[in-house]
Amino acid sequence: MKNISILRVLSALALLMCVLARSAFADEVHVAVASNFTAPMQKIASDFEKDTGHKVILSFGATGKFYAQIKNGAPFDVLLAADDETPARLEKEGMGVPGSRYTYAIGTLVLWSPQRGYVDGSGEVLKKGDFRHLSIANPKLAPYGAAAVETLKQLGLLDAVQAKLVQGENITQTYQFIASGNAELGFVALSQVKRESGAIEGSYWLVPKNLYAPIRQDAVLLVKGRSSAAAQQFLKYLRGGQAAAIISGYGYNQGN
Amino acid sequence: MSEIDLAPVWLTLKLASVSTLLLLLVGTPIAWWLARTRSWLKAPVGAMVALPLVLPPTVIGFYLLVVMGPQGAIGQFTQALGLGVLPFTFWGLVVGSVVYSMPFVVQPLQNAFDAIGERPLEVAATLRAGPWDTFFSIVLPLARPGFITASVLGFAHTVGEFGVVLMIGGNIPDKTRVVSVQIYDHVEALEYAQAHWLAAGMLAFSFVVLLLLYVFNPNGRRR
Repeated sequence: MKNISILRVLSALALLMCVLARSAFADEVHVAVASNFTAPMQKIASDFEKDTGHKVILSFGATGKFYAQIKNGAPFDVLLAADDETPARLEKEGMGVPGSRYTYAIGTLVLWSPQRGYVDGSGEVLKKGDFRHLSIANPKLAPYGAAAVETLKQLGLLDAVQAKLVQGENITQTYQFIASGNAELGFVALSQVKRESGAIEGSYWLVPKNLYAPIRQDAVLLVKGRSSAAAQQFLKYLRGGQAAAIISGYGYNQGN
Repeated sequence: MSEIDLAPVWLTLKLASVSTLLLLLVGTPIAWWLARTRSWLKAPVGAMVALPLVLPPTVIGFYLLVVMGPQGAIGQFTQALGLGVLPFTFWGLVVGSVVYSMPFVVQPLQNAFDAIGERPLEVAATLRAGPWDTFFSIVLPLARPGFITASVLGFAHTVGEFGVVLMIGGNIPDKTRVVSVQIYDHVEALEYAQAHWLAAGMLAFSFVVLLLLYVFNPNGRRR
């Protein structure tokens, strides 16, 4: 009787070991993704999983937070940053694989309001200034926030709107402030307001590219993913035509 | 430490002081009612007050943002009063803090009121003390440890608040940029030295506050 129960326990343990071993050897890619790239990334990842059988684990967040986490041993194989400085910095500090960096997307800044007819096609609404709050991402942390401040400076409006600025800690929260109506309008990423159909709800102004420095978003293979075939395959897939179509569909320009 | 770093400290202390005051004003009648009532509403109201203990701050912050926003019920109300809307203002943070820290004030008070029991109140009544007189002459002195615990916890919890402020604050200097948000900013901007100054200060402050509470008010905690 006793032997049987020991046998059972042992076989259960063996089974458990098999399951654990399987998941340890299964090809998984952990990807840290900048918040603004959330929607296209989800599509690309599910296509990649279908095409290759690998599993993609996505974490979305602010690039600065990812930097701190990667420096402190976070289990990410690939970083898709919202800027080009963080990947370069990680490479310099030995956390990124040299030569793996490239620009996967160039972001487009848009002044947006969920109300129809609120934002005109040339940004005149900023000059009129009859709004309570203008939402931007924290310029210290988020490239889209820095681009928004640069744009306001170029237009000579920064001082005029300073008292009305509210900052989201990342571009997603910035969007939330506007979408909930607490700020009438704000600067967000085109990818956030562009639906898959290409339609944009509400009203918007595509900020002319001469008003802000290009928002180059770089990807980098991290040291932890160096020996992972799946991670390398993923980066290759991201450069492929299928991914490129999705990326430009969400309003990004393509890097080189 | 630079001057820029001190503004959030003052703002945080101001927010915590105002919130604690309001918490005591609002929390005392709620706690008193919860301690004395036999109504079936006691359980639902008690549960409502305790909700912030278990809800993630992001949930509270998100709903506050929506409800206090221009389309929300509270937002409509404050606009009708000519006060504008509350998100991105100091008073918006005060409202958020009062909601968020409510259980930390109500529960110690309720315990203190419970512990007084019927007897002292009955004695006071036989001596012809009115309800207000009874409250100020009997209940307040007897519940003193509860009030100290409630004030300290309400204050400290508001100082330590982050998620709600992040969701409804908008990170405006001198209005909504409190210490916890400032620390977060520094960490995200990789300014670890400044982050350490503030974070270590916060740690020391919280420890000292709780230490004082345990040293000077041991009975209040044991109950």
